[in-house]
Amino acid sequence: MSQQQKPDTPAGRTNEGAPANLTHGAGASVTMPARGPEPQPRGAVIRGNHPIDQAEAAKRFMAAPEHLAMHDQRLWDLRQKRDRQKDQIEEWEELRQLASDIKTHTLTHLDTYLEMFEKNAKANGVHVHWAKDAAEHNAIVLEILRSKNAKRLIKSKSMLTEECGFREYAGEHGIEVVETDLGERIQQLDDEAPSHVVVPAVHKLRTDVAAVFARTMGTDPNDCEVTHLAEEQRDHTRPLILSADAGMTGCNYAVAETGSVVVCTNEGNADLSANTTGLHIVSAGIEKIIPKLEDAAVFVRMLSRSALGSPITQYTSHFRGPRKGGEMHIVFVDNGRTDRLGLEKFWTSLKCIRCGACMNTCPVFRRSGGLSYGATYAGPIGLIIDPTFNRHKYSTLPFSSTMNGSCTNVCPVKINIHEQIADWRRVLSENHEIPAFKKSMMKAAGMLLASPKLYRASLPVADSALRHLPRFIVYNRMNTWTRGREMPHVPKETFHQWYKKNRGKKGKKS
Amino acid sequence: MRVGLFVPCYVDAFHPEVGQATLELLERFGVEVDYPFDQTCCGQPMTNTGCHEESRATEELFVRNFSQYDYIVGPSGSCVNHVRHNFDAPEQTDDVKQVRARSYELVEFLHDILKVDAFPWAEFPHKVTLHNNCNALRGLNIASMTELREKQYSKPRDLLEKVKGLELVPITRPDECCGFGGTFSVFEEAVSARMGQDKARDQARSGAEYVTSSDSSCLMHQGGCAERLGLPTKYIHISQILNGARA
Repeated sequence: MSQQQKPDTPAGRTNEGAPANLTHGAGASVTMPARGPEPQPRGAVIRGNHPIDQAEAAKRFMAAPEHLAMHDQRLWDLRQKRDRQKDQIEEWEELRQLASDIKTHTLTHLDTYLEMFEKNAKANGVHVHWAKDAAEHNAIVLEILRSKNAKRLIKSKSMLTEECGFREYAGEHGIEVVETDLGERIQQLDDEAPSHVVVPAVHKLRTDVAAVFARTMGTDPNDCEVTHLAEEQRDHTRPLILSADAGMTGCNYAVAETGSVVVCTNEGNADLSANTTGLHIVSAGIEKIIPKLEDAAVFVRMLSRSALGSPITQYTSHFRGPRKGGEMHIVFVDNGRTDRLGLEKFWTSLKCIRCGACMNTCPVFRRSGGLSYGATYAGPIGLIIDPTFNRHKYSTLPFSSTMNGSCTNVCPVKINIHEQIADWRRVLSENHEIPAFKKSMMKAAGMLLASPKLYRASLPVADSALRHLPRFIVYNRMNTWTRGREMPHVPKETFHQWYKKNRGKKGKKS
Repeated sequence: MRVGLFVPCYVDAFHPEVGQATLELLERFGVEVDYPFDQTCCGQPMTNTGCHEESRATEELFVRNFSQYDYIVGPSGSCVNHVRHNFDAPEQTDDVKQVRARSYELVEFLHDILKVDAFPWAEFPHKVTLHNNCNALRGLNIASMTELREKQYSKPRDLLEKVKGLELVPITRPDECCGFGGTFSVFEEAVSARMGQDKARDQARSGAEYVTSSDSSCLMHQGGCAERLGLPTKYIHISQILNGARA
């Protein structure tokens, strides 16, 4: 218990101001300064359909102190900027309610608004496609590209295309995909999924980025200057963009009354992707529909404030139809969304506008990195969406949370995220998707705690290690408590014993 | 007014002094306090893991123990929040509903029901930082939350400000979860301990000699982390300070 490893640098800051005795410890003699930059910790190990071990990946992330400190502080800064923005908007909480209500209304009239959108978009000269799942989405997009003999596709960041595994699919079918969002491009070059819905490479240090660029673009691996890295990427990617055959974007809002699509970016790369080639394909989840343009105003006010703590994204682009001589397509994708809509406790997760505020505020996410979740959607919102895609593979994720509720409080559309995490735990437990030892432990604990006699009898094992913690906590294959913490000190008697001795069974003072 | 004293399992086993302070404090205000002998636990450990059915018998026992009281008061926001908001395994009879509605966490009971305006016996001449348990904060709303745009208030702070000599100091991430999280602390121990260590460092940097909270579970976890780090910070339950503990 005493020879535990020395704790790492605290997440997000140095030991400055902490007592000097913090620095002693057995680890001090073996800690050597790392040679070269700290290697980037990778995400969860994917083993087929086996449940993701988020805790294992989180442990590896936390073992990289520079990455941990940067990641935690960067996202905490976003949370604080978000708080300051919120404080400037007097009607913030009313806005959240309004946004949530608009989503409730829309999701409960989804058919109406989707058909309205289709009618209006067609009138604008836009082709509207319907895909029931990822495979259909990918096939539809490929067919459009082939009809134009397109070989190179430029695209802006889209979580939906990640969800559909589109990039990989396109590659397999001879389409060269070029991501135009800087963070997403870094992730593409590193052959890694985005770790966050808004800042996809937030888990990377600048040294990681320099290494990726050196490997893929032949740049100087030792030049970690951010402006240089951005410039190199720009120089490398612009020619690819200018010679592309087709463009693709995601969709933040599909406005039913106008049949138009709104895309928000900070780099203007949706506009690049949409406008450079004359062929613009939009991938949109069916839940992205909103009834009116004025509804978009509500979400536009909340999106970037929640995500990055800035009042608005640099670009809020409205696409209403193809440019002259060009083509515009929108592919609406279900991919499990209508099934989710039918889940009584979980349908409101469809309100999500992918701002990432829940990730920024989540203390587990900040210390684990988004890739530790081994799923397209990481963090709190991921915990409640991922099991709808694959209940077994993602059965462990709802347990990667303390259910502290901060995610629910920052959610701009008021999804009760932490309550849904609890509800998922129940569903998973009832459907035998939690480990058998956990289940039998809880069963034993439940029986013990339901019987005052048995429970009391279990406590006075005063001299054994079990006396340190109630049996239901300690009765585990291994006691993990002491890896990073000391045990509570054991009092000489329980409250129960004290009361009995001093107050008597009737509760009167003796 | 008859109050049933609810002493959560870990308080009973590890922090009997918190149960004692809660009992004595309530008695100081003339409250008739009973300690139902057959109490064990509120059922949260099972429910927290998704095992509601496994928690049913424990929750029913809780109701049998406490159904005859005007109020049920416990020194733990987490357990009380469980009873009030998540106690759904038993059939929702009138008894169950009443027990749920009458359950109070100590701070809110002192603040909202007894409306205490002074603790003449209490003196604590120390720098103290306050930790609000996440369930007490975001479930029972004992204080305003940094995520929301709302009027600032804090029931535990209101009470602590009535203690002579006590100086409250802030930490940099006041509402950040400390990582205890019930069974999370054992099943996901690495992240849990890391969060606790970060919290303990934040508290140590604030210059506080003591951390107080209305929840012993957070304190137990944070104290264990601080001790592992060799930090000098001491951890004390709010009931002890309000009951006149002298450090």
